Amino acid sequence: MSTTAACIEHAQELIRRRDGADRVLPVAGATKPALSRAGDGVMAVDVSELRGIVEYDPGELTVTARAATPVAEVADVLAEHGQYLPFDPPLVEAGATLGGVVAAATSGPNAFRHGGVRDFVIGVRLIDGTARLVSGGGKVVKNAAGFDLPKLMVGSRGRLGVITQLSFKVFPRPSATVTHRYGLGLDGALETIARLCRGPITLDAVDIEPGGHLVIRLGGDVDLLGARSARLEAEVGAAAEVLGGSVDRDYWTDVAGFSWVPGGQAVVRAPVPAHLVPRVDAVLEAAGALVRYSLAGNVAWIAWPPARPTEVLAAALAGLGLTGVALTGPPLPGPIGAQPGGAFGERVRSAFDPFDRFAQD
Amino acid sequence: MTGILDALAQLRLGSRMLTGPAQLAAFGSDALTAFHQRPLAVVLVESTEEVVAVVRACHQQGVPFVARGSGTSLSGGSLPVEGGVLIALNRLNRVLRVDPAARTAVVQPGVINLQVSQTAAPHNLAYAPDPSSQAVCSIGGNVAFNSGGAHCLRHGMTSNHVLGVKAVLPDGELVELGGASTEPNGPDWVGMFCGSEGLFGIAVEVTLRLVPIAESTRTSLAVYGSLQDAGDAVAAIVRAGLLPVAMEIMDALAIEAAEASVKPNYPKGAALLIVELEGERDVVVAEAVKLDALLRKSGATQTTSTEDPGARALIWKGRKSAFSAVGWLAPDYIVQDGVVPRTRLGEALAEIGRMSVETGVRVANVFHAGDGNLHPLILFDGRQPGAVERAERLAGDILKLCVSLGGSITGEHGVGVEKREYLSLMFSADDLGLMRRVRRAVDPKELANRGKMLEPAEMAA
Repeated sequence: MSTTAACIEHAQELIRRRDGADRVLPVAGATKPALSRAGDGVMAVDVSELRGIVEYDPGELTVTARAATPVAEVADVLAEHGQYLPFDPPLVEAGATLGGVVAAATSGPNAFRHGGVRDFVIGVRLIDGTARLVSGGGKVVKNAAGFDLPKLMVGSRGRLGVITQLSFKVFPRPSATVTHRYGLGLDGALETIARLCRGPITLDAVDIEPGGHLVIRLGGDVDLLGARSARLEAEVGAAAEVLGGSVDRDYWTDVAGFSWVPGGQAVVRAPVPAHLVPRVDAVLEAAGALVRYSLAGNVAWIAWPPARPTEVLAAALAGLGLTGVALTGPPLPGPIGAQPGGAFGERVRSAFDPFDRFAQD
Repeated sequence: MTGILDALAQLRLGSRMLTGPAQLAAFGSDALTAFHQRPLAVVLVESTEEVVAVVRACHQQGVPFVARGSGTSLSGGSLPVEGGVLIALNRLNRVLRVDPAARTAVVQPGVINLQVSQTAAPHNLAYAPDPSSQAVCSIGGNVAFNSGGAHCLRHGMTSNHVLGVKAVLPDGELVELGGASTEPNGPDWVGMFCGSEGLFGIAVEVTLRLVPIAESTRTSLAVYGSLQDAGDAVAAIVRAGLLPVAMEIMDALAIEAAEASVKPNYPKGAALLIVELEGERDVVVAEAVKLDALLRKSGATQTTSTEDPGARALIWKGRKSAFSAVGWLAPDYIVQDGVVPRTRLGEALAEIGRMSVETGVRVANVFHAGDGNLHPLILFDGRQPGAVERAERLAGDILKLCVSLGGSITGEHGVGVEKREYLSLMFSADDLGLMRRVRRAVDPKELANRGKMLEPAEMAA
């Protein structure tokens, strides 16, 4: 069941009425189908109409846009002024929206340099479970007034409200980039990461490919990039396969589109404490999954074959004390494993959604 | 009231439970000294179990409690509640572990901010948020008020550096939020907990993100003929695509105060701009050339820059002592913390100047220009009739100005007791209604830090 909201007032009305459904789930770009699939008794409220940039002043380094604005649209406008969204959301070419990126907490590999979605979202407007339109945060980069509702929305997956508008900090974009690949194996990659991430070179992305290749991206002034690239190679102490120019760009566009995931397989995102990576890798490999580690081993992107029951993955993650959220591929249960939050999470949720109108896990 | 004292006595805290009038008086205020309240008792806790036990006792008896670390809040964040219990966290002051490979540290709430960086330094790591009070303020308070500092421009605020929190909820239940990954699954409960001004309970363990110490750090000083010119220079630097870690402005009065106290030997002028670059050595060298050209082009009458740690430390000592240094200029002051969009800094400063002249109340300006975060220091002599009221009125008018320009009433000090009535300038009745619902869902009796940020129930009715 799906209904399109023509405007904010209509979305409020739909949340109030629910049209015979028990609960509602906001959807827009549907690039993460596992999260936008409405289950039994759930009405999908399509908010795709709530789009467009509301405010952007390059001198301010902030942008405000309606929630269903495609990330690509914002990225293009920012790029004209040499700026970018430093949290590097995936699935941009597929049509990911700002609201979807916030609701799914999807930060990409290049978030390593400056931080993830949670570090750049500064304001939110949302419809809560009482169907009221409420605001939190603001449009300025520094703001300590009131509860931090913008951050709370990160990873909220439509459980707390329908996001209608978002404000972000943005940063100057590196004018040139280069990528190194090193065949060090997983242990070598982890050892190198532990060393390199404590300086002195500023790294834009630090990933480990399935199979253990370490991938590092540098960004910055084009005049300095050659010398910095040579220095990185010396610091790593191994010969790099150097990807420059369009090869560098295409490599990361492919990663953002999950082109490394075999056709038909689900993509599951699991936060990982970096020290657990070797154990995670052993367990997931044994379970039959391909894994790509991003953000210096802080997040595992798991490709899961459709033939394997998701319960196996859920059990593997739970055994490691981890949680995971399925994004793409065949429909899966949204979250795998318990979401941290406990009594605090449940109490906050009950305040946002006192009548249980939003989809639940 | 004897009920709670009896309940606390059963915890056998001995000399760590204070009830004598003189002992209690020492905890009556924080750094917002205009406010004073006497708690019923102060307990100096030494373990998570004791925090849980005290909070449970308060919850059972319906007695409000306030957590306090170093008491450096500038918004009255750790002001006790009359008749309530003050839970002093200073003895929960251990760095529990540092993980150099993952670049994280797990600390107790009473750990001093600067101590985190000192502990991490041997691993070439540091804790980025650096409030001016970093040598004394504690992490628990930093988390509760989402503290900022001079280096937020690139590094962000406290909440950007908190990955996990173990917290005692207002009914004594212990919860763990977030974890050791930089990218937890949501909702971002940790982000919501940070900056909640103690209304959601007490953080007893905090997992912090550490950053590498930069290979090179260069601090530049530029002198301008007016505050407006200095503000415009900040906008020009942003437009040029440079991303310094800090951009600070001080006006003549603030410079005078700094010179009178810690003598940083700042060049003389109507406005001083401090810009700090950090990163790889070659990158900083190249950026410093660009920066210097921008500073000169924007009308700086004098520029200098240094990488020398001693010289840099002196520059920052002058800047960070500015609040206390204005004590040299006037017996009393109010420090405000409003934020304006950075492109409207010049406009805001001109208007504050005009308001100062019109009211005859002197204002020293020292602020995080890169973030648009103003710290007007409103000077007065509380012994003169009407002076306090005039200063408070001007402070309120400045906050209204910030909001009317599209900004915020607080960038990093929090709402506390001081700016509660101004929260409605930024948020609608529905916005505040949701915040109150959240507060009451987490703490139905409104016991945790009652009266901070939101009005207590009986007043809001």
